[in-house]
Amino acid sequence: MDIISILAESVRSAFGPIAAIYALAAIGLNLHFGYTGLLNFGQVGFMLVGAYGVGISVSVFELPLIVGFGVGLLCALVLALLLGIPTLRLRADYLSITTIAAAEVIRLIYRAGFAEPLTGGVYGLQNLAGDFRVWNPFDAGARYGFGDITYTGAQMWTMTVTWSLVVLMAGLTWLLIHSPWGRVIKGVREDEDAVRSLGKNVFTYKMQALVLGGLIGALAGCMMAMHQASIQPDQFKPQVTFFLWVILLLGGAGRVLGPILGSMLFWFLMNFTDGLLKGLGQDLGLLPFLNGPDYGAIQLAFAGLMLVVLIVFRPQGLIGDRKEMLINVK
Amino acid sequence: MRTRLVTVLLALITAILVIPGPAATADEQGGETLHGQIRNPDDRDQGVEGISIQVFDGEDEIGAADTDSDGNWEVGLPGPGTYRVVVDQESVPSTFAVRETSLVSDGEAEVEVPAGEQRVLIVALERPDGGEAEEPASPTDEGAESDGAAEEEDTVVPAARGSFGDRFVQLAAAGLLFGLVIAVSAIGLSLIFGTTKMINFAHGDMVTFGAMVALVFSSGAVGLGNSLLAIFAGLGGAVLIGVLLEQRLGRTALIVAQWSSIFAGIVLATVLGVLGDSVGWKVPLWIAAGIAVVMGAVLGASMERYIWRPLRKRNVALIQLFIVSIGLALILRHMVLVMFGAGRSRYSGFQIQELVRLGPISMPPRDLVVMAVAIVVLVAVACLLQFTRIGKAMRAVSDNRDLAESSGIDVDRVTLYVWGLGGGLAALGGVLYGLNQVVEYEMGFRLLLLMFAAVILGGLGTAYGAMVGGIAVGLVAMLSTLWFPSQLMQAWALALMILMLLIRPQGLLGRAERVG
Repeated sequence: MDIISILAESVRSAFGPIAAIYALAAIGLNLHFGYTGLLNFGQVGFMLVGAYGVGISVSVFELPLIVGFGVGLLCALVLALLLGIPTLRLRADYLSITTIAAAEVIRLIYRAGFAEPLTGGVYGLQNLAGDFRVWNPFDAGARYGFGDITYTGAQMWTMTVTWSLVVLMAGLTWLLIHSPWGRVIKGVREDEDAVRSLGKNVFTYKMQALVLGGLIGALAGCMMAMHQASIQPDQFKPQVTFFLWVILLLGGAGRVLGPILGSMLFWFLMNFTDGLLKGLGQDLGLLPFLNGPDYGAIQLAFAGLMLVVLIVFRPQGLIGDRKEMLINVK
Repeated sequence: MRTRLVTVLLALITAILVIPGPAATADEQGGETLHGQIRNPDDRDQGVEGISIQVFDGEDEIGAADTDSDGNWEVGLPGPGTYRVVVDQESVPSTFAVRETSLVSDGEAEVEVPAGEQRVLIVALERPDGGEAEEPASPTDEGAESDGAAEEEDTVVPAARGSFGDRFVQLAAAGLLFGLVIAVSAIGLSLIFGTTKMINFAHGDMVTFGAMVALVFSSGAVGLGNSLLAIFAGLGGAVLIGVLLEQRLGRTALIVAQWSSIFAGIVLATVLGVLGDSVGWKVPLWIAAGIAVVMGAVLGASMERYIWRPLRKRNVALIQLFIVSIGLALILRHMVLVMFGAGRSRYSGFQIQELVRLGPISMPPRDLVVMAVAIVVLVAVACLLQFTRIGKAMRAVSDNRDLAESSGIDVDRVTLYVWGLGGGLAALGGVLYGLNQVVEYEMGFRLLLLMFAAVILGGLGTAYGAMVGGIAVGLVAMLSTLWFPSQLMQAWALALMILMLLIRPQGLLGRAERVG
């Protein structure tokens, strides 16, 4: 086991494309939960419709990439309206139940046999990133970086675009939150009835936040399709949403930089523990009771443990404000 | 002390650094490869061994590979470019054929590999006759076997035959069965919501836990089963001591007694784990189901006693509790995965049975037993809630926690009983569901979605609502397959739930109150 290479790999992943994609999706979730107090347990559903929107447009209908992104965002808009209209008037727990169920049902529909002409069923779609790779200014074969931390040209291009989108969306969040609209949104999180008594239409504000966060989530899904150049429905299992929650709570909900810091730290920790476990188990043979697939399961259990420990002992995460996070369902 | 610790740590780190590791991870080695995994269409967990795959650049063969015992293959490439991949049809077992997809036609595929990428090529096999295994000739249990391979994530719908009326009746019977299973599992969810106002996202994994435990004990308990049993005996002992001796013992004595019970369980579990398979035993399924119910009840009660009650005492807000329950669900699900594996299994001895015909309905006897057990349990729970003291207390707390507390009910104790009851019923639901379908680590999560639909349909927090809602959801899900593909079953349950939220958010049996 080589601790330096594990560390290098962890740092590499903390800045890599996956961390950027998750940061983007977590920014959307931050808008939902961190600022508006909406319990969205189905962010992965928005990512899925975004990724498949671009995937189906590009690979089945052979539309240009930009149109594909538009289709993905449009699908997310429709999904947000479908989820929001029945549940946003009710207590927060109804939204949480509906979103967690809807995200999983969407995945089951996209992987079902009858949808195969469009979605490719369980096998998903391939060859999606043609146009995206054509625009790549980096040399796809070369490796960039220093020391043990290097990225291929293709990864550099994805990282550049995704991290730029992250900065853009973080900036947008900052502007929105410091606008009158943002003050109302935070008011909804603190006390819905008070905001309602001031004559604001709480439902509309919640819906706007849900749509906006969902669109950012769909953008993350589109970038995921670009990064991998192929998508399978089983990448969009509910644990993606739970990873996003860990990221948000780790960084600090209700803070513009929270999701970004959280995503980098989360992927660093995940890769570090994974490398350490595999090093201990497979190279040194210290964990004889674990088989190959068990390491992934332990990772997920570890993510769950992080979620529990964080929310109980440090609900504000790294940079959050504890007082802001003591909100309750009314 | 601190310096010694630092020295030890430094020594450890040096040791780790000195031991040479593999040069780099596979991902880092650079160079383009094509790889993939070919799986057995009858059992997606199994790979198919010995299929030859050749890669050509134009007419020149670049590399070839045979799939290993897990069906994995990998071919290294000289550089980026477009390659032609040919699957050797001769090496494919004669029972299967290469499946035609948008990329793979007639066993050949053109693949473009970008620079520095390890590309996956999906080659799938199928049965030449379109994915169906041969139908059993005798009137045995067709439904369970027919398309388990093709739709691995779907609930098995019985293969209904005959006229529309016949199919309607058969599917209605299957729906009733499914609904009863949902109802048994969902009562706990609804009661827990009623007493604590908390949605237990880990409820589905309590269902899985019950099914898995019953599977372990009915197929031969070895080291793992014994250890689990010991740990749960320790936990259960601690909870029981807490409930029974709370008034009689002092605070310190109580804590000591509880912790010694837990530690005794852990020590016993270690001993049994070391003994391993030498203490093996096996019980019939119905005893195993009993053990599972008891362990499920202990799991629920100890979650309440050692996690939820302390958190409530700390005044942790409800939203935070939801997130904790999601985290617990992740932990529980993947602990189950590590301990019992990801395979799909069935309770042995109940797979192939002669069908019993009742008019137009034909069912294997095990489904009739499942139905009977579910109905008996539902009636028993209804009687418990309606006529016993503790049942009345449960309904009272569910109705109004503060009012119940001020009229002298020990709310914490009632909540503990509710969690125990809910955990036990969830485990029983898991056994019934596993008997009807298959046992695997994600079954509970899929059932959870239907349970949510059931409790919202019937009214969050009402036990009878969960029963009515469960049966309605089961019927709707199964009957929808008359007109629509069976993969949409859960979508219809969800649609029903959303419709209910639009027109009557408090549910069928809920009391009209302002919920927003």
